[in-house]
Amino acid sequence: MRVALFLTCVNDTLYPDTGRAVVKLLSRLGVEVDFPAAQTCCGQAHYNTGYRHQAEPLARHFSDVFGEYDAIVTPSGSCGSMVRELYPRMGERARAEGRDDGLARTLAPVVPKTYELTEFLVDVLGVTDVGAYYPHTVTYHPTCHGLRSLGLGDRPTRLLAAVEGLDLVELPGARECCGFGGTFAVKNSDVSAAMGTDKVRAAESTGADVLCAADNSCLMHLGGTMTRLRTAMRPVHLAEILASTEKEPWS
Amino acid sequence: MSSKDVILGRIGRALGPVPDEPYEAAVDRDYAREHGERTTEQTVDLLAENLADYRAIVHRTGEDELPDLLMRLLAYRGARNVLVPPALPPGWLAAADPVRIHDRAASTTAELDRADSVVTGCAIAIAETGTLVLDGSPDQGRRRITLVPDHHICVVRVPDQVVSSVPQALERLDPGRPLTWISGPSATSDIELDRVEGVHGPRTLEVVLVSGSPTADA
Amino acid sequence: MSGTYLGMPAFPAAARDAVRDTTLRANLRHATHTIRDKRAKAVAELDDWARLREAGRQIKDHTLRHLGEHLLRLEEAVTAAGGTVHWAADADEANRIVTDLVRATGEREVVKVKSMATQEIGLNEALEAAGIHAYETDLAELIVQLGKDRPSHILVPAIHRNRGEIRDIFAREMAQWGRPAPDGLTDAPAELAEAARLHLREKFLRAKVGVSGANFMVAETGTMVVVESEGNGRMCLTLPETLISVVGIEKVVPTWRDLEVFLQTLPRSSTAERMNPYTSMWTGTTDGDGPTAFHLVLLDNGRTDTLADEVGRQALRCIRCSACLNVCPVYERAGGHAYGSVYPGPIGAILSPQLRGTASEIDASLPYASSLCGACYEVCPVAIDIPEVLVHLRERVVQGGEFTRHGAKTTLKPARGHAAERAAMRAAGLVFARPGLLRAGQRLAARTRRAHPRTLPGPGRAWSATRDLPTVPKESFRDWWQRTQGRGAGPAGSSGTASGTASGTASGTASAEGRTDEGKAGA
Repeated sequence: MRVALFLTCVNDTLYPDTGRAVVKLLSRLGVEVDFPAAQTCCGQAHYNTGYRHQAEPLARHFSDVFGEYDAIVTPSGSCGSMVRELYPRMGERARAEGRDDGLARTLAPVVPKTYELTEFLVDVLGVTDVGAYYPHTVTYHPTCHGLRSLGLGDRPTRLLAAVEGLDLVELPGARECCGFGGTFAVKNSDVSAAMGTDKVRAAESTGADVLCAADNSCLMHLGGTMTRLRTAMRPVHLAEILASTEKEPWS
Repeated sequence: MSSKDVILGRIGRALGPVPDEPYEAAVDRDYAREHGERTTEQTVDLLAENLADYRAIVHRTGEDELPDLLMRLLAYRGARNVLVPPALPPGWLAAADPVRIHDRAASTTAELDRADSVVTGCAIAIAETGTLVLDGSPDQGRRRITLVPDHHICVVRVPDQVVSSVPQALERLDPGRPLTWISGPSATSDIELDRVEGVHGPRTLEVVLVSGSPTADA
Repeated sequence: MSGTYLGMPAFPAAARDAVRDTTLRANLRHATHTIRDKRAKAVAELDDWARLREAGRQIKDHTLRHLGEHLLRLEEAVTAAGGTVHWAADADEANRIVTDLVRATGEREVVKVKSMATQEIGLNEALEAAGIHAYETDLAELIVQLGKDRPSHILVPAIHRNRGEIRDIFAREMAQWGRPAPDGLTDAPAELAEAARLHLREKFLRAKVGVSGANFMVAETGTMVVVESEGNGRMCLTLPETLISVVGIEKVVPTWRDLEVFLQTLPRSSTAERMNPYTSMWTGTTDGDGPTAFHLVLLDNGRTDTLADEVGRQALRCIRCSACLNVCPVYERAGGHAYGSVYPGPIGAILSPQLRGTASEIDASLPYASSLCGACYEVCPVAIDIPEVLVHLRERVVQGGEFTRHGAKTTLKPARGHAAERAAMRAAGLVFARPGLLRAGQRLAARTRRAHPRTLPGPGRAWSATRDLPTVPKESFRDWWQRTQGRGAGPAGSSGTASGTASGTASGTASAEGRTDEGKAGA
């Protein structure tokens, strides 16, 4: 099986450690993963801000880059849902606008092959215990697109629960959005910040030292809020916890 | 051009050509006709439970004991008079003391407002939702008589008048009649989205489940 | 819609004030969280919820696709049952029809059941201008009317008020409108409800004209359905001699049987009850019971324009349950008034810009009043994909294009104020089309990382006023991969020194610097 890492532009640029963690984790599980260097951005920010037409070339590019792989793994529920849920919709819209089936046909192959990391681990590899060791108290925030668009369900928490040394504590109001929302964070910064503050306070109330999620964009918003609120917690991407072992602790 | 034509024209342009689609084929009716399996007795129990859950006061009695029970309920309430629909079964209030006020088309709203209680039958009752449905039949009277007084006693013949679910209720009701669905006494969620009983309709709803009785139109 | 809302600031500015109003925040949080949990329980009681939801969607979609036929059938059935049907293309026409009907009775006052349609058209103001006083009889509407306030929720228009505030409004205002509030009124909800009961009763008993909306209109039978809790609906629908119902054309359902779906999904979604206390159903007029004259005013007012949009028309499936408001994290913090419409919350954010167009500042800002978290779609009992429509309307705002307004096709220019964003999106598109350019940008950012500020000037302050920026790592992933081909994956520079690059450790470096920048952040 040829497996490609679709890291996402945000992770590539700002969170390379998450990428390295995915590579380390998958190699430990015997999966050789490739990073097609031509990858850039899935086009989600364009699409969700109202620039669907500008997102189309990015989606075509994605399809060109990843089309030949058997599986495309991404450590982002948000970008994963862009491909899985919104690429088909972009195709439909193009058709409804009187253009031909071209876009839909181009995008169709990558849709079913794209997996968010926890889906790939649990559904494709069939593992929940990935042999990780992480001696921290962790609370998990299910980010919205992973939770509602992809329906990740309890996959992330099953993976976390199997990590040795990890004490998983429930986050009150876990299903509520953290307030990031892409350009929402800037266009409606007051509401976004209020949501972020409430999420951080809820996480603090658990007594955990780590707030885990499977989307770095949400963690960027929450982490930035945490330092401003001077909380003692740290935001950590799920992949980095799963990559951590007793011999090679991640952080 | 009339506004009707304007609106219908806009609808036509908005939709463009629409293919003929038979309505019944367009909707999957694969939802439940009723929820769960119950014996007739259990269905009546569920009705009683759900009525009580929404703060109706539920009594159960046999046909023979009904007049005595109604007498006691009205007396307990201190009702001096009681509104009655045009064809309440004559025996029901045989033992009751209060003055009967008959539902007549002529009675004013102010007169209605002076009534202490009202006693009626019902068309059907829905167990899953704890709902009574009145359809203006002669044993129920006009809609206003069960609205203005502060105390409503509704008699339900069980199990004949009880259905399990909303879909079953609609099958048995006549849309041509004025229908009032009642689930507990009047209530509001308007203060902090929390339910409080007792606003404009009757603040006390008593439901008498009568068993062993003939059907309403017998 | 109502003139009350003209000149509303755009959503972000209105929301800013709400976010800072601690009483409002507490009121909204308390109310929405109370109802959220209850709704989830009420819905969980029905194991066929998903199928009911799908059937509701299908019924509404089919109805909308054949809306003309169903309306004609409805008109025929209502007329046959003794009612009179009027058609109103817009708010002014609907207001004129109702005003003339009330005038013809010779009455100077009407009692009203809470109705979104009459609020949308500003009926009370139109009647007042004609010398006719409209009394709102729903408890929350009464609170709003007495408080000279605006509604902020579809189901509970006074949700922004807590019990203490309601007590004060009643004690202060009731006397000017009729029976004063009882002496020594406390803030106990039961006492407040009692005060409303006493205050309104004299109005119900003397009213000759009632005005309502309707939740459903059954085309095959001509039956109207009003779902309510308090009994004020029953009062207005049965005691007056004349009943006028103003109803949006999208409220029609084809068959009597269709009610079996909505009477299960609506109460559980709105008040989280198995069934609401009272539902009234009437067909035309009935001899000797209830009003002797019934008028139905069918209202378009932007609905056919909405219908013309293939993506946006799903908003017309809405049954006004307000579950999407109650679950929305943005509504919870911004409050209903920030939406500048009688339709607040997620549904309002897709309905108002379609019914009114996106010409005003507030309407153009509404599609952005969402983090697209999808909680609204999840709870919607007719499966309106609100995030999909929001994004679709964002597209209309930034890119313009063809849409329908007042029944005519119009070409919309891209909205002003998005020029910089458009340019940025274009630039990003160019970079992302060329991996080499992306790499060059990343390297430039990495080289200058020590010089990056923790807070940003100008528009960037929208982020950095409350959040630190992430630290740019020394090396992007793609450079690392090129160097190592993925061998020896570990945190950056696995010697373990520079762990300050990943999300997990951004805070490590950021916290110290964040502190030094606090002064700037507040600026």
